[in-house]
Amino acid sequence: MMTGSPNGSPNGSPNGSTNGSTATSSFERIIVTTRRGIDSEVLVTGPSDGTPVVSLHGFTGHLGGEVMLVALAEQGLRVHAPVWPGYSDSVGETAIDDMLDFALHGGDVIAALGLGPSNGLAPVDLIGHSMGAMIAAEMVALAPYGYGKLALISPLGLWLNDHPITDIYTQLPFEFPGLLFHDVAVGTELLAGGGVDFNDPQAIQRFLIGNSRRLGTAGKILFPIPNRRLSKRLYRITNPTLLLWGDDDRLLPRPYADAWSTALAHAERQTIEAAGHMAPYEQPASVAAALATFLTA
Amino acid sequence: MAFRTNVGVAVKFTWFNLMPWPDLPDDFREKNRSVWVDIPSQLFDPVTANRVYNEYMDQLEYAEELGFDGIGCNEHHQNGYGIMPSPNVIAAGLARRTSKAAICVIGNSIALYNPPIRVAEEFAMLDCISGGRLVAGFPVGTPMDTNFCYGQIPALTRDKYYEGHELIMRAWAEDEPFAFDGKYNQLRYVNCWPKPIQQPHPPVYIPGGGSIETWDFCLDHDYNYSYLSFGGYLAGKKLLDGYWDQVAARDKDDSPYRAAFAQIIAVADSDAEAEALYAEHILYFFNRCLHVYPGFSDPPGYRTISTIKAGVLDQLRAENMRVFSNLTWKDLVDGGYVIAGSPDTVIDRMKEMITTLRLGHVFCLMHNGNQPDWKTRYSTKLFAEKVMPQLRNMWPEYDGDDRWWIHPLEDRVRADETMAAARRHPQLPTEAAE
Repeated sequence: MMTGSPNGSPNGSPNGSTNGSTATSSFERIIVTTRRGIDSEVLVTGPSDGTPVVSLHGFTGHLGGEVMLVALAEQGLRVHAPVWPGYSDSVGETAIDDMLDFALHGGDVIAALGLGPSNGLAPVDLIGHSMGAMIAAEMVALAPYGYGKLALISPLGLWLNDHPITDIYTQLPFEFPGLLFHDVAVGTELLAGGGVDFNDPQAIQRFLIGNSRRLGTAGKILFPIPNRRLSKRLYRITNPTLLLWGDDDRLLPRPYADAWSTALAHAERQTIEAAGHMAPYEQPASVAAALATFLTA
Repeated sequence: MAFRTNVGVAVKFTWFNLMPWPDLPDDFREKNRSVWVDIPSQLFDPVTANRVYNEYMDQLEYAEELGFDGIGCNEHHQNGYGIMPSPNVIAAGLARRTSKAAICVIGNSIALYNPPIRVAEEFAMLDCISGGRLVAGFPVGTPMDTNFCYGQIPALTRDKYYEGHELIMRAWAEDEPFAFDGKYNQLRYVNCWPKPIQQPHPPVYIPGGGSIETWDFCLDHDYNYSYLSFGGYLAGKKLLDGYWDQVAARDKDDSPYRAAFAQIIAVADSDAEAEALYAEHILYFFNRCLHVYPGFSDPPGYRTISTIKAGVLDQLRAENMRVFSNLTWKDLVDGGYVIAGSPDTVIDRMKEMITTLRLGHVFCLMHNGNQPDWKTRYSTKLFAEKVMPQLRNMWPEYDGDDRWWIHPLEDRVRADETMAAARRHPQLPTEAAE
């Protein structure tokens, strides 16, 4: 089921912002109801006859604007960006307990959008960033023939004992920009843009509720260690795969990129310069160009 | 009324020891980010622990001698103010070395036991060993313990807790083995051996820190709600008022024995002597032992949305922790964090606390921080002899309400007597008998 609705602002960030920008209005915001009965918000942009691609956001949620996705649409792609349960106004997160639930929900949303083999159409290409890339890889590992190309931007999902990943659940709000961005000032602006008035109790409460729902839901696959044994299943991914990595990703440093390259030996890997974990927000043009080249080749 | 089964039942006092580590250095706060979760293990010395554990258990036994109704312990992990990851180990020692006091384990964090049938078994063992003196506490657990030390997913912790509770209570209640097909626990044969002496189950206490769901959970099952606070009784009133409002809204009777509250208490000959004797140790507790990294105190998903909406802030939230670290003795006393002073002073303030919070049970935190043994005993003895008798009959209209207290066997085994008798066993050859 699909219902249209006016343009809306996506959810906030670890800092709780709702960062509206002109680019957000490039999106149509629709609600689809999956066969399981979860209402899911999806941002859609790009030419209606463009090749469909589905983009899955990370644990911060959409930060607003989504300039990278707009740039991708300008390359002729029809971009669908589902909002994960817990990150939208629906309360579907109570039905999501674990990685299998996330992965199946991702597939269910694609089916509800009228895309992919379950609708008699070609397998759809997937883009995932951070937690969204972790889920995208799981979706493809579960059903390799159900999806086309796979683009993973700084995926979570592996754990290297010699390189323990910073625990995002102990980070204080002011620490996120430095952890997630190459340019801390840019990160601070993106994460706090729109801003929460910490002198307003109601605003604080809204922030706490939103943050609790977003990262609480993400915690079902990221806490206490963001490893749900995806490494056991990556061998199933034979789809054309692109790995994109910021050259200054402090959350997932280079050994993680190397580990993914090892696990997905067929994958093409590209480095985004002057970018941290949030490369799609820090270098949207570079990321969109790399994705467009890969997806349209 | 149905609960008038034990006339003479009055306000109950349980002597509680958090078991803090006594040797946190003066610059602990400056050099370490947290007393909990990632406290440096180099600060722990097993040889000191040999002395400290035994001293603390001696104190608990001493409290029974002095007439405290209960002696209490609780569960914390990787924690410099509570070196009791397994309260059941402490309780087992107390069960053997005491014979009258309730053994209050407040409690076992159900979601951390895999499977939680372990709690049903160990609590039943404690109830049997003690002759029916167990008070069974079932905390959800703090984020520090539950999420960061023991790795439970914040958003699923409460759900797992509820399931564990259901399993334990069924395990105690059912007479036949049964299959339990839970979301977190699948057990084909649940068959709790042993069962507790107290039937249908030992009194259940639910320690809460501010989650309003806990109030309804207590009222759904008629459990005691225990507010374990370091913020003192003045700050605790807001939360207890909320609880009593909910009691009324649920049309339950307002027996004060439905509630328990933990309070730091220190008694001396005079108010001035109390400050002279205890201030440094209680300040050690507030300034060092409660130095918890804010990033550990409230992971997203741990608190429910309704609790956030209610605006009831947990005592261990970061902003409260920062307040703790800068308190002076005057702040502590004036703010009700600590009830300290002469017996008369303490009586007055305890009466105020018991009446305004409507308490039938008080957990008396009487060993605090790095307080030496002699001071702890001095304070405890003064409280038992001069304060406690003046506070017993605060709730005459609920005299006899023992719904939330132990019902031990009258002719229960007393370990000191049975050990002596065993040494004189008539069948033993003379040379083998003592």
